[in-house]
Order: sequence, then C-alpha cells, then structure tokens
Amino acid sequence: MSGRLIELRNVTKSYGRVFAVGGINLHVDRGEVVGLIGDNGAGKSTLIKILAGAIPPTSGEILVRGVPVAHWNASRSRDAGIETVFQDRALAVQQSIVRNIFMGREITTWLGFLDVRKQRTEGERLMREIGFTSKVFAPDSIVGQLSGGERQGVALARAIYNKADLIVMDEPTTALSLTETEKVFRFVRAVREGGRSILFIGHNIHHVYDIADRFVVIDRGRVALQATKAEVGSAERLIAFMEHIAHPQGVAGVAA
Amino acid sequence: MNGILERMEGDVPAPAVQAGYSGRRRFLADNRAAAGTLVVFVAMISAFMVASPDVFTSWEIYNSVLVTLPVALCLTAPLVFIVTVGEIDLSFPATMGFSAWVFALLIQAGANPFVAIAGALGTGTLLGLAVGSLVVYASLSSLIATLGMNYMLRGLILIVTQGKSIALLDLRDSGAARLFTGEVSGLPVQMLWSLGFVVFAGLLFNYHRFGARVHVVGDNPDSAAQMGINTRLVRVATFAFMGLGASLAGVFTTLVNFTWWPTTGDGYLLPAIASVFVGGTPTWGGIGTITGGALGALTVAFIQTGIVASGLSGFYVQFFNGLIIILALLGHRWNQKRYR
Repeated sequence: MSGRLIELRNVTKSYGRVFAVGGINLHVDRGEVVGLIGDNGAGKSTLIKILAGAIPPTSGEILVRGVPVAHWNASRSRDAGIETVFQDRALAVQQSIVRNIFMGREITTWLGFLDVRKQRTEGERLMREIGFTSKVFAPDSIVGQLSGGERQGVALARAIYNKADLIVMDEPTTALSLTETEKVFRFVRAVREGGRSILFIGHNIHHVYDIADRFVVIDRGRVALQATKAEVGSAERLIAFMEHIAHPQGVAGVAA
Repeated sequence: MNGILERMEGDVPAPAVQAGYSGRRRFLADNRAAAGTLVVFVAMISAFMVASPDVFTSWEIYNSVLVTLPVALCLTAPLVFIVTVGEIDLSFPATMGFSAWVFALLIQAGANPFVAIAGALGTGTLLGLAVGSLVVYASLSSLIATLGMNYMLRGLILIVTQGKSIALLDLRDSGAARLFTGEVSGLPVQMLWSLGFVVFAGLLFNYHRFGARVHVVGDNPDSAAQMGINTRLVRVATFAFMGLGASLAGVFTTLVNFTWWPTTGDGYLLPAIASVFVGGTPTWGGIGTITGGALGALTVAFIQTGIVASGLSGFYVQFFNGLIIILALLGHRWNQKRYR
C-alpha cells in the first residue's frame, strides 16, 4: 500500500525578491493523512496553490510517484490525481448532490444525454464510501439543505469520483460545529481507509492533531518540523512547538 | 469493506437512500414551481368561467389562444435557459424579426420554403451567437447589451426595408405552410410543433449535459469553472439557443400571416419575459422550469383574450396583466425557498 505519492523537492516561490515559499521539502505517501500547520502568512496557501498547479513554482522539483514532472500546471496536477477541496467548498447550492458530484464530468449515454440512473447509483455508492449515511438525504437532495459538514462530504465525494489520489483539504473544519467537525473526520478516515491520501490544512491544532498521521509545520516559507504522531506525542507538545517558533525566546518546544 | 465503514453503517440503521423518498415525492419536489403555475392558471380560468360562463365553456376562445400560443412557447422555453444561466436577453424580438425577414427574402427570391426555413433558423442561431459573444467575451451587462442589440437590429431592418412589409401570398398553398401551420382535426398544427420544441427544450434542460451545465454555471460560476467547465461557452450557447427559438417563432408568425412586417416580434418582448417568471423560474439564476415557463406562457396568453372575452373593455387588460404577474410572483415566493 505504501509508496511515495507526491514529493516536493526544494520548491520555492518568490515574488520579486520576496520568498513566499523558500525551499520546501514535503512528501505525502499513499494512504496517509498529513497535517499541514502554519501561522497566517507562513506560506500554506502558496503551497496549496503550487500543488493545485494554480501558480507555478519558481524553482524546485515536483515528483509524482517518484517521477519528476516538468512544466507543472493545473492539468498536470489533476492528471497526477490531486484534487483540492477549497475552503469555500465550491458547491452549487441550489443543485442536487448528484449534480454537484458530477459537475463537469457528467455520465452520459448517447448525444450527451445524462445517464440519470447511473449517476444516481454511482453518487449513492460514493456517498456510502465516505460514510455519508443519513436518513434524511438522498442523492437528489439539494445541497443548500445540508449542513456545513455534509457539504464537505459532497465536496469530498466529488474529489473521490474524480479519482483523486491526494485530496488537499484547505481548512475544512473552519466554521463547523463540533458534530460537523466529527463528521468531516469520519469522511477523512474513510477516505484514508480507501487507500487515498489527504493533506489536511488547519488552524486548529487540536483538530489537525486528531486526524493526521504525520505533521508538517511551516514557518515563514520553510519547513520547521516534520514529525509523526508518535514522535510528537500530544497536541500540547505541538502547540508548544508552534509557540516556540513564534516566540523563540519563550517556551521551550520540541526539537525540530 | 473496512472496519470504519462497517461500524458507521451499524450506527445508522437505514442506508443512504431509502424508500421513504419515493418517486412521487421527488417528482413533486422537482416540479414544485411548475405545479404552482398550474394552480395560478387553473385559478385564473376558473375566475373567467365564473365571470362569463358562456364564453369560457365554448371551444372557440381556446382555439384562438392556441393560434398565438405557439409563438410565445418558442420564445419562452429558451428564455428559461437564459435566465437560469444568470443572464437576460432583450434582443430576441429583433432576432425574431430579422430571421423572419431572411425567410421572407428567400421566399421572395423563389427559394424552396424548407430552404427558407433553414435559412431563417440559421440566421437566428448566428444572431444569438453574436449577441451572446458580445455579452460574454466583452463582459458586458446582458441587460443593457441585449437592449442595445434589439434597437440596432430593428433599426437595421427599418433602414433597409424603409418600413415596408413583404407579402408572401404564394406561401398559402405551399406544402410547408400546410405542414407547419395547417390544421389537424381542428387543432392548429403549429401548436404541435411548438409543443415538440418545448419537450425538446425540457429534455435538454433536465436530462442533457448542456442543461446540467446551464444550471451549475448559473448557480455558482466559480465552482463550475474550477471543475473544468467552460462557463463562457455555456453562456454563449444559451444565447444561440435563444436565437434559434426566436427564429422559429418568426417563421411561425410569418407563415400564419403570409406576410412579413418590419415590426415582426416587437409585441413579444414583455409577454415572453413575464411568462418565464410567472412560470416560476426565479430571477437569480441556477434553477428554472421549462414546464412552468410553458404554463406561464399559457397563462399570459389567456389574460388578454380572457379579459376581453369576459366582456370587460380593453382598458382593463394591462391592469389584470400586471395583477396576475404580481400574484404569481407572490405565490412562487411563498412556494419556493432560496438556498445560498
């Protein structure tokens, strides 16, 4: 199962003389949840955009399954199986769950007519795969009726349908209630069980600690810490480390 | 199956989709707006019947509506696409006049009527493409840009024709006229053709990739673009489809009257737009209903005929027109919920 899915080697992004990302080494293995933590302005968003191919890196190498990919861009990123679930969730809220999942990739029969039945059964299967089980909602339910956590589920189902091997989740638990957050965690775990990988970006270190197998802390465009859950030990130690890099003279943290 | 999923299915007794959400309930949910429009229409007809039972229990009044309705249907169905994708088109009356003009000129030049019809439909589609491209690629407001196009195209017609109409009396005995505007057991044939067009539009809207994309582009264009949909192309295509519908409407009016007027299409702007909204398509884009639009066109077509036929003077027409539009909108507001 394991194997390197994607690897960034010494990736930088500079705007003029300012480095938003200054030489990052980062990798995500198959079936692993990596938590990406960093303060505002640490370079998280830039990193996500580079992964999604929305902005090109200034220098460095991107390897997909061990093979370097030249001219990295949005379609290369997609071909590599990377799907980003953005913070705003990017769903069409007046449409059904099915229509959202198959947005832009409709299953059709002849002359572009929709295979309604197949979309329904496939949508149902995807919803079950991510543990989207509810008494109230069906594949035809309107997304606007769903809670924030369930909308995350729809966005995840779409990413899975698009055969994403790596799902990048940009602050998926922001503005969600406790139970909704738990729901998102369940989706994430189910996705990992299915052998897919997740890069989980979060502000709430407790959330990230709970869900991730491995942590990458970035600070001012550089990786400040890479550690597994066992190495970190507790969320408190992770927080202490974050405080340490923010105020180096203050609290003693974990060694990088 | 993995452990987590099994555990979760254990927690929740029912699977994701259960029998409770039956086909009938889904049908009602999908057609809520159209059902509301049907209620409006039935209420209006009932009022007319009470007001003037003699007129409204005879077939003639319905037959006279069936002659004008096909034109309205050809305009309303594509207009639902336009509104759903988040735009508006005010240029279709001129497109209708322009394509009918091409039809009349071709007939005058001795062309086969079927060739002339094809020429008109092609002209309408091209004009729609042009209007759509102007709106989409120049990023203009469709409200203002299509208003401008309407004036310009109509002005062009008037300049070239000097306001003169074209009589097409030769058409009267042509096969094309019989095929498209004859009668089948007392029913105007164009009614069947336009119903066919509405069904086609409905299938396209609800069960085709194009319709699905019209919905999501109107709902959340950013999201649609992120998912790789060419949102500009989808928007331009809805304008082209509107052009096609307008040219069809133009051909029908010209075939029925055996005459092309430089004002052809002028009177249809506001009734067609009213039909879309009376039909239950909201103004904000993302959702719409073809069935509702067709029922809306039926309602709007009946208002005028109905008021005059029930013995009120023509001065009442505008007032009741407005009243029914407002009442229908209030009804839909109550009937439909907006999701954000």
